Amino acid sequence: MSNLRSLTFDAIIIGGGGSGLRAALELAKSGKKTAVLSKVFPTRSHTVSAQGGITCAIASDDPNDDWRWHMYDTVKGGDYIADQDAAEYMCSEGPKAVFELEHMGLPFSRLDNGRIYQRPFGGQSKNFGEGGQAARTCAAADRTGHALLHTLYQNNLKNNTVFLNEWYAVDLVKNASGDVVGCIAMCIETGEVVHVKSKATVLATGGAGRIYASTTNALINTGDGIGMALRAGFPMQDMEMWQFHPTGIYGAGTLVTEGCRGEGGYLINKDGERFMERYAPNAKDLAGRDVVARSMVMEILEGRGCGEKGDHVFLKLDHLGEEVLGKRLPGIVELSKTFAHIDPAKDPIPVVPTCHYMMGGIPTNIHGQAITMDENGNDHIVNGLFACGEAACVSVHGANRLGGNSLLDLVVFGRAAGMFIEGALNEGIEYLDASESDIESAMKRITRWNESEGGESIPELKAELQEIMQTSFGVFREEKNMLEGVDKLALLRERIANAYLPDKSNAFNTARVEALELDNLMEVAEATAIAALERKESRGAHSRYDYPDRDDVNWLKHSLFFPATKELKKRDVNFKPKTMDTFEPKVRTY
Amino acid sequence: MSNLQVSVYRYNPETDSAPYMQEFQVDTKGRDVMVLDVLHMMKEQDSGLAFRRSCREGVCGSDGMNMNGKNGLACITPLSDVVKNNKLTLRPLPGLPVIRDMVVDMGLFYKQYERIQPYLQNDTPAPAIERLQSPEERDKLDGLYECILCACCSTSCPSFWWNPEKFVGPAGLLQSYRFLADSRDTATSERLSNLEDPFSVFRCRGIMNCVAVCPKGLNPTRAIGKIREMLLADAT
Repeated sequence: MSNLRSLTFDAIIIGGGGSGLRAALELAKSGKKTAVLSKVFPTRSHTVSAQGGITCAIASDDPNDDWRWHMYDTVKGGDYIADQDAAEYMCSEGPKAVFELEHMGLPFSRLDNGRIYQRPFGGQSKNFGEGGQAARTCAAADRTGHALLHTLYQNNLKNNTVFLNEWYAVDLVKNASGDVVGCIAMCIETGEVVHVKSKATVLATGGAGRIYASTTNALINTGDGIGMALRAGFPMQDMEMWQFHPTGIYGAGTLVTEGCRGEGGYLINKDGERFMERYAPNAKDLAGRDVVARSMVMEILEGRGCGEKGDHVFLKLDHLGEEVLGKRLPGIVELSKTFAHIDPAKDPIPVVPTCHYMMGGIPTNIHGQAITMDENGNDHIVNGLFACGEAACVSVHGANRLGGNSLLDLVVFGRAAGMFIEGALNEGIEYLDASESDIESAMKRITRWNESEGGESIPELKAELQEIMQTSFGVFREEKNMLEGVDKLALLRERIANAYLPDKSNAFNTARVEALELDNLMEVAEATAIAALERKESRGAHSRYDYPDRDDVNWLKHSLFFPATKELKKRDVNFKPKTMDTFEPKVRTY
Repeated sequence: MSNLQVSVYRYNPETDSAPYMQEFQVDTKGRDVMVLDVLHMMKEQDSGLAFRRSCREGVCGSDGMNMNGKNGLACITPLSDVVKNNKLTLRPLPGLPVIRDMVVDMGLFYKQYERIQPYLQNDTPAPAIERLQSPEERDKLDGLYECILCACCSTSCPSFWWNPEKFVGPAGLLQSYRFLADSRDTATSERLSNLEDPFSVFRCRGIMNCVAVCPKGLNPTRAIGKIREMLLADAT
């Protein structure tokens, strides 16, 4: 063990997507010895797939727009378990972060007056829900994530950030006091395993949509940071809250942006009826994503679905005309032709709700510091550990994220974490070094796989896990089904612990990476399943047949899953924004 | 329909003294799946088969490869586009060193990208809001900024094969023009002087393989032509 090479940094950022690159940029500019460690070349990260835009009150489309209206929409969209101090921070700091992106070169689409183009998205309003639909999502055509990710990567190049590209983080290293002091990581190209020492370890590892069989997420979205944090014994927050995006392409799962509906597209059932008018008379197709996804499933269950099996609905765009489609939604035209074999200028796109986003994650404060909770319900900072982006639950999205808020979350909280770490490093951070045995315990898992001599195959176990989650923890949930799912997952955990890695070679061994990812999928799936079973109400994306109503008496709370005991506890939601009055919970209608 | 015959380039530096082609039989159940799906089916037969993939929808640029002789992205290439006589031959992107199987070392490709300073440069103080840009000015970036760095173009370019260290290549030059064409960028003359030598731009012979293979439908040759015009105008 002692011959493990070590690399030392002031801060190590695990993940090279939007939030990781934004944090890295801040630290690189400050001159701190920072590295981004990413299992893929940074521009291959899943941020690249974001389409519709970044929601922010930059007051371009409407000069009177107000970040407080955006905050109201965000809190309401999250069904009132978003932390109001965090939503306040995101919405008020947002314009600064978006203008910075523009100054860095992000090629936003433009209005005639030269300002950034903004489009309407779901759940947006003016004047605290009283002023009608807002257009608040800043867009670069329908390739905003691509434009944002490349811009951030480019600016990191400009600022000489150190990149460990195609390196895989295996597990966190904790010292004797329980502080996080780095990680174990593997260079994928050579197979070398090293000990990365760092005073600040940032988990910016993104989501984990691959726990479901049908997802809009990239193949790399396996919840690596969530798995690492859970194995290190840290709790996860609101893991039952998974967003099913209304419009994944039927069969393929690829995302069709909500921007399609923002530009005037709408959903129809087999009778050609614009059914959202019945479910959300005001916002119609631009209601919250959870509301639209449930309405689609209701249409399908009640026999009004489209196609031979009646198992999807259609997204109609042809009335927008080729010019609007070509100008505002060129990527969607491409994707529809490739994956649905239709031209949206002529035919509707077959779509179905598809797993899209993890609202839960590592609980953090607005500085990205990871939080745990003691037995008396008091929060404690986890020394050395930070999280931002989809891996974190700060929580600005609560029980349901609004479209366009994820890109804003990435840049605002990536930036905030970077700024905070810079300050902390300037003040000086001293933690105990990790001992041999500390390092050894972080090596346990990779050693296990490397020594496996037989057992079940990794792809088959992964497919089973995805099927369990799809069947028992989908758009609608109920106890009996979830109990079965939890039992199946418990058995699966044993089987995965005895699974087999046949290929033990070192050079670019993707089978080993997939083995390590499978462990993480298992951790995420279990946390999700137990949290979903225990939250006995319906709120936001968590919708139960057996508890169909929101229960503010018992569940106006975050859930906190503790891996050691597999217990679910409750944590208080923040209702104290710093500069304004609290948004009190109201019945949520669109 | 019989099984699809797939021939795949294999090389593991730890065990193979030379690369070889391995034959696979893949049962696609008659469906017109993507080449990436076929790779996954083969990986289930042999977990050692190495290839890169991420978004599986043609936007991340991970799975550029050579399919029956033509570069493209495996995830958005349906079998019906490339398979001939029920046969599919898969090779890594040509011209770059192979790390293992379908995985190439993209170092030289990235180096040429970095060389063109792929970031906006503007020496005037930033305003409190965004820098303004008219829709017409912004239109000039269409067809340029969408590059996904998959390297399909540069690795199909004979000029890049010959001079990968001196010729920037179609991908890098497309990005170079993306910044030259941006009304917000003020480093035009520095950018051009960085490209003046006989190799960086002028090794392009207008073969247009780059245009033929770009999975995003972009046109690097046109961008290179624009840079040439700017260089020539600059020189006179």
